[in-house]
Amino acid sequence: MLGRLTWAAIPFNEPLPLISMGVILIVILAVLALVTVKGWWPYLWREWITSVDHKRIGVMYVVLGLVMLLRGYSDAIMMRTQQAIAIGSAQGYLPPDHYDQIFSAHGTIMIFFVAMPLVIGLMNFAVPLQLGVRDVAFPVLNSVSFWLTATGALLINLSLVIGNFARTGWMGYPPLSELAFSPDVGVDYYLWSLQISGIGTLLTGINFVTTILKLRAPGMTYFRMPVFCWTALASSLLIVAAFPVLTATFMMLLLDRYLGMHFFTNDAGGNQMMYVNLFWAWGHPEVYILILPAFGIFSEVVATFSGKGLFSYRSMVWATLAICVLSFMVWLHHFFTMGAGADVNAFFGIMSSIIAVPTGVKVFNWLFTMFRGRIVFHTPMLFAVGFIITFVIGGLTGVLLAVPPVDFVVHNSAFLVAHFHNVIIGGVLFGILAGINYWFPKAFGFTLDERFGHASFWCWLIGFYLAFMPLYALGLMGMTRRLQHIPDPSWRPLLLVAEIGAIVIFCGVLCQIAQLYVSIRTREQRQDVTGDPWNGRTLEWSTSSPPPAYNYAVLPKVETIDAFWQMKRMGRAPVKPAYEAIEVPHNSPAGFITAFFATIMGFSLIWHIWWLAILNFLAAIIVVLIAGWSTEREHEISAAEVAQLERAPA
Amino acid sequence: MTIATTFDRTLTGVPTALARGRGGGGPAPKRIVVAYGFWIFILSDMIMFSALFAAYAVLAGNTAGGPTGAELFNLRNVFIETMCLLLSSYTCGIGVLSAERVQPTLFLVFAIFTFALGAAFLFIEATEFASMAAKGAGPSRSAFLSSFFTLVGTHGVHVASGLVALVYLVAQVLVKGLRPAVLRRLLCWSLFWHALDIVWVGVFTLVYLMGGH
Repeated sequence: MLGRLTWAAIPFNEPLPLISMGVILIVILAVLALVTVKGWWPYLWREWITSVDHKRIGVMYVVLGLVMLLRGYSDAIMMRTQQAIAIGSAQGYLPPDHYDQIFSAHGTIMIFFVAMPLVIGLMNFAVPLQLGVRDVAFPVLNSVSFWLTATGALLINLSLVIGNFARTGWMGYPPLSELAFSPDVGVDYYLWSLQISGIGTLLTGINFVTTILKLRAPGMTYFRMPVFCWTALASSLLIVAAFPVLTATFMMLLLDRYLGMHFFTNDAGGNQMMYVNLFWAWGHPEVYILILPAFGIFSEVVATFSGKGLFSYRSMVWATLAICVLSFMVWLHHFFTMGAGADVNAFFGIMSSIIAVPTGVKVFNWLFTMFRGRIVFHTPMLFAVGFIITFVIGGLTGVLLAVPPVDFVVHNSAFLVAHFHNVIIGGVLFGILAGINYWFPKAFGFTLDERFGHASFWCWLIGFYLAFMPLYALGLMGMTRRLQHIPDPSWRPLLLVAEIGAIVIFCGVLCQIAQLYVSIRTREQRQDVTGDPWNGRTLEWSTSSPPPAYNYAVLPKVETIDAFWQMKRMGRAPVKPAYEAIEVPHNSPAGFITAFFATIMGFSLIWHIWWLAILNFLAAIIVVLIAGWSTEREHEISAAEVAQLERAPA
Repeated sequence: MTIATTFDRTLTGVPTALARGRGGGGPAPKRIVVAYGFWIFILSDMIMFSALFAAYAVLAGNTAGGPTGAELFNLRNVFIETMCLLLSSYTCGIGVLSAERVQPTLFLVFAIFTFALGAAFLFIEATEFASMAAKGAGPSRSAFLSSFFTLVGTHGVHVASGLVALVYLVAQVLVKGLRPAVLRRLLCWSLFWHALDIVWVGVFTLVYLMGGH
């Protein structure tokens, strides 16, 4: 009846997970109680849960990403603490079984449920505004995407409470991830949460390629699009081209585990290296899915806060597209040690080094944009400058790793861990934090506090260097990754420095929470009445903050890049237009309900509760069929109403 | 996109220069946007199939002492199966063209033909799978058979969901008539159906013709 699910699935004998589970449950119940007591459910349902407005969905993605960042961070500090104390004769406080789950969950969560939702959230919020249009191509699908991502996040957190998580690392390599060596539910949690959220991500990719290529304001030709839109396009193209490979790969592993097939098993002709190849054929493009939008954010931020147009816009676009293509030609550098032979390794080593060229073009473009600019150091700009320095270091260690003989030495060492945290924190995360600080006033109508913003930046920057520079050294000293116990006591000082770094980063997180709190408390004083707090260059700053549901009462006419900047210079903003009726999509609960059934389906598949899985699969299909039946998906806001909304102060 | 642009000229009268959405004329009309998005979806589906094809190519020789393709495949049946699917694409094309010309009866007739041919394809495939399993050559026998069943079976699942979608769309045509929204969905569905043909041409060549003797 309940498959493999028994009371034994709940870790009563392990105090650590049990306590964290209790705390999480209390917090969730408290939030639910508060929402019920205050009577916020109708508001939440109407304005957020069923919303198909790209701005609302974007905000929900960002909230999801930030909440999961706390989860991923707590995994990180637990690992750092274990490595700082479990040295020599000391065994630390985390048994290997638990430690292995933590590093697997940390990687999985940070990539799929922190970086992806944050990047996609900012794309959702900013891209239609920057393109000067009213929504994405498929608004209801957008809501489905978000809720399926939330499903994946929920499932992965359930593994904390019911059963356990994978002990395979975030890549889930077979044969360790096969049934023979991981017989319990851990790997199934990993696979199903990523399969379900992966569908959401793929739909997002399709949605944004279509939006950017087919829905733009009149006059916005390709070479008038803001750079962030270009990078969002490149990222979405990569999603469409890479995520199906991940889906197929995970499907094969699932078939191995559920139907006894032999894709990656040790026996009957299975091939483990095929998994590794397929995984990284998705995995390397994934790196660029994350970093390219961050590059786009920095391009917007650097140009805005330097008071200059972006230096060599066209080379920036071509560099983006070059990276987009090259990202598919380097996957083998993740496993030079496979033994593919010198010729293959040389090819992939050279291709990997070549990616540094367009990236270098970008770095020089940002530097030349700042050169002789009128630089204003608001928080986003600080993150941009911190990024340029940090990312160059991370990029250079990447070029080192791209040389196969070097890679053979430092493969799977702490050096590698330091490298990819260097580019992901210093690149992706700094970009996301810059983007949040940059677009927050547009989303909510008031700016974020600068003092706490600056403090959070310095904590993040200093904390990052303290936490990861020692790992470069440790890697060269021979420390491999994922060590639950440190055999060599001479590594202790550096590990302690790394631990301090992680704590400094935590201060940065606290500053951000304080920043949010203080800004909300003082929102009256920090209102953004102009809609253009930074003297912006692109179209999103030409509408009010927050923008109306339809974004633009009249679609802007674009004549150049940095369209809004030019309008301001020509004295054309604000325009006093003749209003027309606007079609706005209806709210739709389809996304939420589909994801609800998908969650139960995923859970039942993990626990082999077949009847429940089938029922919920059918229910999800029926929801899709019902949603697909309607032909009246929009309602009209009349010209008079639009005029009234536009006159009223926001 | 040729189909979509012809549609616009014939049915809605939107000038094509504006319809292309390359930036000159603002957002493209809904028909273009929907069809374009669906094309991108089909591309992503093709990429998923290409990963399955790659897996098959890697594992095809790994029979682990079990039966090979040459011992298992019945090319005569597969040929009949292939003809069913190719013919169903033809009837699907005529069906959608008649829907476009607002000839609901003709559309229904060809939808029934398409459904029957698709169902015949699935029936032959299911028989083939069952006979292989009966010979002890099921998907868990060897890596070769795992990849064979997964590649061909995934295509089969696509055909089956295509048939479900066809029934659903015929119901929409019967209830709502051939209004623009329903026509858009039919167009997308026919793109999907043709794409499955293309995948099958790959399966027929790589799996059956190259592995059948």
